[in-house]
Amino acid sequence: MNIVVLVKQVPDSGADRNLRSDDNTVDRGSANNVINEMDEYAIEEALKIKEAHGGEVTVLTMGPDRATESIRKALSMGPDKAVHVVDDALHGSCAVATSKVLAAALSQLNADLVICGAESTDGRVQVMPHMIAERLGVAALTGARKLTVDGSTLTVERQTEEGYEVVTASTPAVVSVWDTINEPRYPSFKGIMAAKKKPVQTFSLADLGVAPTEVGFDGATSAVLEHTKRPPRSGGAKITDEGEGGVKLVEFLATEKFV
Amino acid sequence: MSEVLVVVEATREFGVKKVTLEMLTLARELGTPSAVVLGGAGAAEALSAKLGEYGAEKIYAAEGEEIDGYLVAPKATVVAGLVQRVQPAAVLLASSQEGKEIAARLAVKLDNGILTDVVALSADGTATQVAFAGSTIVKSKVTKGLPLVTVRPNSVNPTPAAASPAVEQLTVTVGDTDKLAKVVDRVAEQKGSRPELTEASVVVSGGRGVGNADNFKLVEELADLLGGAVGASRAAVDSGFYPHQFQVGQTGKTVSPQLYVALGISGAIQHRAGMQTSKTIVAVNKDAEAPIFELADFGVVGDLFKVVPQAAEEIRKRK
Repeated sequence: MNIVVLVKQVPDSGADRNLRSDDNTVDRGSANNVINEMDEYAIEEALKIKEAHGGEVTVLTMGPDRATESIRKALSMGPDKAVHVVDDALHGSCAVATSKVLAAALSQLNADLVICGAESTDGRVQVMPHMIAERLGVAALTGARKLTVDGSTLTVERQTEEGYEVVTASTPAVVSVWDTINEPRYPSFKGIMAAKKKPVQTFSLADLGVAPTEVGFDGATSAVLEHTKRPPRSGGAKITDEGEGGVKLVEFLATEKFV
Repeated sequence: MSEVLVVVEATREFGVKKVTLEMLTLARELGTPSAVVLGGAGAAEALSAKLGEYGAEKIYAAEGEEIDGYLVAPKATVVAGLVQRVQPAAVLLASSQEGKEIAARLAVKLDNGILTDVVALSADGTATQVAFAGSTIVKSKVTKGLPLVTVRPNSVNPTPAAASPAVEQLTVTVGDTDKLAKVVDRVAEQKGSRPELTEASVVVSGGRGVGNADNFKLVEELADLLGGAVGASRAAVDSGFYPHQFQVGQTGKTVSPQLYVALGISGAIQHRAGMQTSKTIVAVNKDAEAPIFELADFGVVGDLFKVVPQAAEEIRKRK
């Protein structure tokens, strides 16, 4: 099975994150940039399918030059190769344009199965799997907590608010996964060394047949007008329980009309 | 005034979800609200009274197996057709997994911009979004097409405005490419009568400090006394204390209730990302240095196994 995993480089969600003051895009320059956490589960799932059914795993990333670090990190977990879509004109692209670029790259890669994280920790928009599936005319099985592959039939279990659903589709398809699906492996030393030699092909917009005016700020379908930092919360009263902590807690809730 | 399409979210068990009422309230500021019901046979009939109560002037319904038996693709096709026909002033959907997914496909079908997790929307289409775990407030706008936005639950105070909507059944023509992801089973898991996590006005969450799955009864008891939902930190979920669908945080649900009660939760960034826009936060933790106290409007440093039962008893006394 030819599997492509979408990997996005994002600013570390464990540190302070900002938008740039000049163009309102994510400030990647001052951030510690890492693989989107959910994508590691996507990589793990792809590797498990390859181990069970054979095939090849390709990492696909759209991002600036520095995304190479995340691509090597992803490869160190075990995928065979990577494709990096990199082009200065992509800066400022909206989700709609991003899906156009990724779909164009995926068309060239002839994937049977595209796996991605259910959302990225920076935007948390969750739209990419369905946008790509819509463009490619393939099934999208989103939010999987379990994925079974039987020949060309895919079956996922997805959590819903009322329980869970079992959904099936045939390949080719896009599957997005939550962090409940598996436990991603740590790269081994051998894996890290091997990753340095794995092929990373770069695609420009011209390679994909996408015009620069369709992406970036020029092609954006939405715009950030302004952004402000929300003032940090300040802690209020803090008491130490000396036998009356529960009562005092309820007294506070009563003054706020919660009881 | 132009129509504003509100794509209805509802559950089999509880009917119209609160976020739908919020969207209808918001839609009234922008034009004339029309509700769009997408579901199984008879779905609109069951929901129409409630939708009318909150100002839906019209209800469009697309019902049946063709709609309900697959993941969102058929729903997006129906809404896209409706958008092209009625040329609404805006389309509002819930910022839930399904709402975002329908919106995603609409954006591609209509080559239209999309804004998710919107907490406010002005008449000129300027949306307010909360980004980076609630630390940044963003004003944004769709610049191509109509405002296509998903609204985050607990953003707007739902207010009734009676209307008596007529139901118009839409003719459903769904192509084969919309029927690729077939739902073969829906399994209801026991949930009880608690409100849905993202919509609840009170959320009581437990963390690693709760110690084990059995002790979560304490968290549930306090939640029930306060009429709230139960949440859990990632540490608690990873330790198997509570199911994943109740996880609050960066890799779980984002909640913004009137009251958030954190029990035995240290307040790591992972968790804060999902709850720090809550209106009032209270915390119980035995570690006086726990970062959760930096957010809490009221904090109790102490043993939750002593503090919580006492608090529960005190609430019962006052009832």
